[in-house]
This record gives sequence, C-alpha cells and structure tokens, in this order.
Amino acid sequence: MAQDEPTALERFINGVLPENAVYRQLLGMCPTLAVTNGMKPAITMACATAFALICANIMISLIRGLLKPHLRILVFTLTIATFVTIADKLLAAYMYDMSKQLGPYVPLIIVNCVIISRCEICASKQGLRVAAADGIGMSLGFALGLASIATVREILGSGTWFGLHVMPGSWPAWGIMVLPPGAFLTLGLLLGAAEWVVRKRAERAKEGK
Amino acid sequence: MGQESRRQGYIKQAWLVVLLAVLYGGGLAGVQRALSDKIAENKRNETYDVIPALVSGADAANTVELRVTGKDGQEARVYQVMDAAGGHVGWVLPAGGQGFADRIELLIGLDAGLSTITGLYVLGQKETPGLGDYITGESFRSRFQGKPTDTPLVVVQSDPTADNEVRALTGATISSASVSGIVNAAIANLKEPIQRQAASGGALVLPGGGE
Repeated sequence: MAQDEPTALERFINGVLPENAVYRQLLGMCPTLAVTNGMKPAITMACATAFALICANIMISLIRGLLKPHLRILVFTLTIATFVTIADKLLAAYMYDMSKQLGPYVPLIIVNCVIISRCEICASKQGLRVAAADGIGMSLGFALGLASIATVREILGSGTWFGLHVMPGSWPAWGIMVLPPGAFLTLGLLLGAAEWVVRKRAERAKEGK
Repeated sequence: MGQESRRQGYIKQAWLVVLLAVLYGGGLAGVQRALSDKIAENKRNETYDVIPALVSGADAANTVELRVTGKDGQEARVYQVMDAAGGHVGWVLPAGGQGFADRIELLIGLDAGLSTITGLYVLGQKETPGLGDYITGESFRSRFQGKPTDTPLVVVQSDPTADNEVRALTGATISSASVSGIVNAAIANLKEPIQRQAASGGALVLPGGGE
C-alpha cells in the first residue's frame, strides 16, 4: 500500500497513548462512563473489547482485497457483531456474575466506534501484522483509559481497588463517585489533565526549537 | 437481458457479504452449541440461589425440578418449592419472552395453590440501560408481589386501582408491559396443567435433568 502508511510499531505505540481512544479520540464513551464504577467490570469490558477489536482487525485485514467500498461498513459491522457475540457467550458461560453485571453493555460493544474506526482507518488498508499491532495497541490504550477512570472512581467511591480495601477504614466513601455523575466528573477532570499535559509538552517542544 | 446482467451485478457485489454471513453464522452456531449447557447450568444455579427470595419459607435444597406439559404442548421446567421440613410451599416458573431490546427471562414465584404471585426475579435481560433495565430493581419487581393469578395482569401508567393492575416504569412502558405479558402467558400456559397433574396424584414428577 501507500508508502507513508504507519508501520506496525508506530500503529502500536500510537494506539496506547498518542491516539488514545478515550483521552485523545473521545471514542467509546458509553462503556467509559457506564462500567467504570469498579476495576473488575472495567477490566472485563476492556478485555471483551480487546478480543473483538483484535479479531475484527485481523479478519478485516485478511479480506481487505475483497472489500467493495460501498459494502465495507456492512462487512465491518457483521464481523464485529460476530466476535462480540462470541465474547458475550464466553462471559455468560465462564464469568456469569460479571456477565450479569455488565448486562447490555457487552452486546453494545458492537457499536463501539473504537472498533469500527480501526477497521476503517487501519485494517481495511494495511496488512495482517500492522492490523494486529494496531488492534493490540488500541486495546491497551482503551484499557488504560477505562482503568484510570475506574481507579479514581472505585478508590474514592468505595475505598477499594479491585475489591481490596486501600483506604483507611474511616474513609467516608463518596457514593457519588460510583454513580453516573461520578463518571462524568472523573472523565472531565482526567480529560482536562490529559489535555494540559499534551499542551505543556507541545509548548516545550516549540520553545526547544 | 438487462435484468439478467443486473442480477449478476448484485451477486458480484454482495457475494462476500453473503459468504461471510454464512461463515459467521456457522461459527456462532458452534459457539452456542459448545457453551449453551454451561450457560444453562449457570442459570439453574442462580435459580436455586434466588428461590428462597421468591417463595417465603423455601428451602432450595429440598426443591425439586419437574417437567410439565403446558397448554401449548411444550414441556416446561417448573420448580416445586419445599420448606426445610419437606412441606410444599409454592412454585417457581421460569418464563421468557421478547422485551424491548432482547429476550427477557423471568422466574415467577407462586404460592402452593398457584393463586398468588409471591415473587418475581429477572434472570436475564438486555433492556435500555437507565430506563428498561430498572425491571431488575426490587421496587419494580415488588409491584407484582401479592397479585392474583385468576385475571391477567394489566400495566397502567398511574397508581393501580384494581387488584390485577401493575404500575409501569416511567419511560419504560414497553419493558414493563413485556414483563407482565410474560407473567400472564406463563401462568395461562402452566397453571391448569400443574393443578391438573398435581390433582391426579403426583404424576407430575418426571425427574428431569436436575441435580
């Protein structure tokens, strides 16, 4: 393909931080807000999304030569839906309680824009190795996004992390943090912090030149 | 001739979509086949866990899983709920049907005479988060408690005035109506067959696939 397409390593690195799905692209906001009241649901969601994203990227990359431009979105959706359904069934079979806790948010991964955007931007244009690296990088970045928000919310809201007590017993758990407003507050503050860091870095780079 | 070539054009355009749909469908059927027993077992375990909440005085360990042929001619699973002393205290009927988004699966607790609903539990649902998924909440499920089974339940938008009325969830009328519809259908389908078979002297017991 084109000479200036990013390499596998660049795709991987970009996915983790520079093009982070949550903080830089603001994609996948539904699970970001909905399942980050604790680390366990957040990590389960991140794993299910990673499974669907990596598998869909690999599959789309394999058949990229056969895609018709006007039918590509249909093929992407079909492929993503299949892998998400598999993830949903696996959760229901082997992590039943978590599957019940996540409820409709697992099937909703189908409409997570992180996945379809990677199919469109990378997998439908680049080879298997690059698409797989892109999928892994993006999944890690998405997991980092979810985990950072879940860490703040679970520690402040329940005094625990992964269900283990990390705050002193006298900590008055801030109930609002595990409720929907806590999700918006945390996301907003962390987004602001991420943006501040990026700007500071850009300024410093400019001064350096 | 023009039509012929257009048809060929369609096939040329869409063959990949059709082929993928068939392949993915086959793959999903395989996954379903491999995992369905495990998922059914998880649901059965959960059922035994919640039986004490659905019928008061119930002892899950003494409860027996039975098969009853419903009015629709299909064999259905029902749970004959016993107390710790082995006395019959009620029934739990698993039931399911279409909700707003996907299938809703319920467990309906009934008293021993099948005349009153003693509890309701949502075993599975994928209703809209923040609206329809409140059907799983205690405040909605308890609206069914104590309702008679002789007349079908009706969902209303205001406080119930009649015995068989259930107040809908605000913003989730379809989910609420689906739940009451599933309850009505299950009771209509199974109440008489259970009573008839129980009256005819315990021919009810057809030990099924339970533990």
